[in-house]
Amino acid sequence: MSTIIADEPLLRPGNTNCAGCGMSIGLQWLDEAFADHRPYLVIPAACAIVTAGAFPTTAYGVPTLASTFASASAYATGVSVVAELNGDPHPTVCWAGDGGTYDIGVASLSAAAERNEDILYICYDNEIYGNTGGQRSSATPEGAMTSTTPRGKAEWKKDMVAIMAAHRIPYAATLSVAHRDDFLRKLRVARETRGFRFLLMLSPCPIGWKSSSDESIELIDLAVRCGLFPLYEVHDGERYTINSRPDGTDLREYLARQRRYAGTSLDPEVARVKIEKQWEFLEVMARLSS
Amino acid sequence: MTLTLCTGNYAAGHTLALAGEANRAARGCCGGAYPITPQTEIIEYLRAVAFTKGRVVPVESEHSAMGVCIGASIAGARAFTASSSNGLAYMTENVFAAGYYRLPIVMIAVNRTLGPPWNIWVDQGDSLALRDAPWLQFYCDSHQDLVDTIAVAFRVAEDLRVLLPVMVAMDGFITSHTNMVVDLLDQERMDDYLPLCNVPHQLRHSHPTTVGNLTWPRETERHRRDIQEAMERVPRVLDEAIGEFEAVFGRRVAGAIEAEETGDAETILIASSTMAATLRHVIRARRARGERIGMIRIKQFRPFPRADLVRAIGNAKRVGVLDRNHSPGSGGIFWSEVAASLRDASVLLQNYIAGIGGGDVTPETIDAIADDLTRRTAATDPVWQEIAV
Repeated sequence: MSTIIADEPLLRPGNTNCAGCGMSIGLQWLDEAFADHRPYLVIPAACAIVTAGAFPTTAYGVPTLASTFASASAYATGVSVVAELNGDPHPTVCWAGDGGTYDIGVASLSAAAERNEDILYICYDNEIYGNTGGQRSSATPEGAMTSTTPRGKAEWKKDMVAIMAAHRIPYAATLSVAHRDDFLRKLRVARETRGFRFLLMLSPCPIGWKSSSDESIELIDLAVRCGLFPLYEVHDGERYTINSRPDGTDLREYLARQRRYAGTSLDPEVARVKIEKQWEFLEVMARLSS
Repeated sequence: MTLTLCTGNYAAGHTLALAGEANRAARGCCGGAYPITPQTEIIEYLRAVAFTKGRVVPVESEHSAMGVCIGASIAGARAFTASSSNGLAYMTENVFAAGYYRLPIVMIAVNRTLGPPWNIWVDQGDSLALRDAPWLQFYCDSHQDLVDTIAVAFRVAEDLRVLLPVMVAMDGFITSHTNMVVDLLDQERMDDYLPLCNVPHQLRHSHPTTVGNLTWPRETERHRRDIQEAMERVPRVLDEAIGEFEAVFGRRVAGAIEAEETGDAETILIASSTMAATLRHVIRARRARGERIGMIRIKQFRPFPRADLVRAIGNAKRVGVLDRNHSPGSGGIFWSEVAASLRDASVLLQNYIAGIGGGDVTPETIDAIADDLTRRTAATDPVWQEIAV
C-alpha cells in the first residue's frame, strides 16, 4: 500500500510511462473530466499498474486497486457495490489494457456489463501485450508484427465495441487522443450516465508499434481519418452516433509510419475493403438511430 | 435455545447472512455467488436474503466471486462466499490475492473431489490444494461445529492482529446435504458477538493509496513475514474469540485440535472433519474394552497447530493419520504435516488414505485401521484403505 496526500493530480509526475504513450494523455484527460468526481481506479495487470511505480511510492493521486489480470470488472463490482451501499459519490473506473479487456478479462467484463454494474470501464488499447514486451492480443490488427506474430498477424482485430454494445449497456464509445474535445465530451457523458459504460481508446505505443514517439497523436489522427478507427458512440446498444467520418486519407499513410507493418503480408486493398464494410454497418446503424 | 433440523449448507448460509447483516451499522456486506455442487444451496440462501445494507452479486465464475469479495472488502465491507472442488481450483489466483491483500474474507469450502473424472462426493484435496495460500483453514466435524466456527472465523479474520481470510470447510454431502439438529445463531447475539468490520487499509479519498503496486524483494519479504507473524498470533486470538463466543452464546467451540483419551494412550489415531466424528465412536468403544488408544481431531489446518499436536501425542508409541485426500507422489496431506511436526523419531507414524472420492468410511473401516496400527512394529509408505463403496 503506497500513500500520497489528497488532491494530487490523478497521474502524478514520476510515473513510468514511455514517451509518446497514449495512456499518459488519457489519464490526464480523465482527471480533467472527473475533477469534481474523483474516481476509485481499478487496474488489472498492465503497463498502467507499472506506471504507479514501486511501493512505497505511487504515481496515482486517487485510491487505486491493482487487480489480478482477469478480474478488473469483478474487483470493481465489489468496490462500486459498497460505494453505492454507503452513498459514496466517488465513481469506480476500471483502467485496463487490451490484454485485460479483449482476452483474459472478457468473461468478467461481459458479466459486469450484463449485470449493468455502475462502473466506467476504459480500455486503453495499444493492440499488444505491451507490459510483457509486445505479444499479440485479439486486439492486434491484421498484418502487425509482434514478438509472437513475427511474420505479421493473420487475423483481423476483434470488434470489442460491437461486443459491448451487444450487451445493451447504457453507453459505449471510442476515444481518440487526437480529438481532445470529443474525448472529453465522451468522458463527461460517461460520467453523467449510471450503469455500465465502456470506452475504447486507441492508445499509441511507440515501443510496440515501432513508431516515433513524437508522432503518436498524429498516428491516431491518421487512424481516424482513414477510417480504420471510427469515432462513434452507442447508447443502450441501439442508438449509434458517428462523430467523425473518413476524409479520404490513405490507409498506407498510417501503416507506413509504423515498422510493425514493415515487410508483412498485409494487403492494404484487402484491409480497405474490410474498413469499408465496417463503415457500411456503422452508417446503417446511425441511419436506423436517427 | 431453539433447535432447527437443517442441512449443513442451510446452517452455513444462515450464519453467513447473520454475520453480513451484523455489519449494517458500518460499511455493510457483499459477496459473490456462483453455483457448484455441493455448495450451491449456500449461495442460493445468500441470494434470497434481504440485507439492510448488503448485496450478494451473481457473478459468472468462482474467480470473479472472490474478485467481488476482494473489491468489497478493500472498500470496507464484510465479504464472504462459498465454493467447492473445481470451483476452488478456478478461484485459486484470487484466493491467494485475497490473503496477500490482508482482507478478512470468510469462505465456506464444501469439500468435493477434484475432477476429472467427475465425482461430486467428499475429498479434501480441493481446499488442501490451497494450503500454501495466506488463509486460515478450519475443518468442521458437525453442523453445530460449522455454525459456531463460521461466527468465530469472522471474529478472528477481522482481528487486526490477524487480518487474514478464513476458509471454513465441511464435508460435501455428509455435512452439506445431511439434516442434523442445530442450535442456529440469532441476529441479536451475532450483533453482540461481532465487532463492526474495520479494514484499516480501506480505499479512501481522504487518504488515497495504491494497493498492490510493485514491491521490491525487501518489501516483499517483509510482507510475507508479516503474514507469517499474523499466523503465529492466531492461537491467542482464536482462544479469545472462543472465550467471547462462550460468553455470548453459552457454548464452547472446539479450538485448533480436540484430543480425547490421549493421556496414557500408546496408540493415537488422527483425523479431521466427519471422519474424526466416526473415529470418536471407535475410540470410545475400544477404550471400553481396555485398549490404551486415543484420538486427535485436527480442526485447524492453517496455521498448523504443531505445538498442540506434539503435546497431545505425548509419549504415544504409534500414531496413525487418516487422510481423505492425497498428494500424488507423497501421501496424505495431514500426515505430511504431522510428520513435519514430530521431533521424536522414535514414534511410529503411519499414514492411512481412506474415503477418497467420497467412499463411506465406517466404524468398521476405522477398526481395521486401528487393528493394523496396533500390530505394527514399523511404518511403511502410506496405506490405501480401500472402501469400494
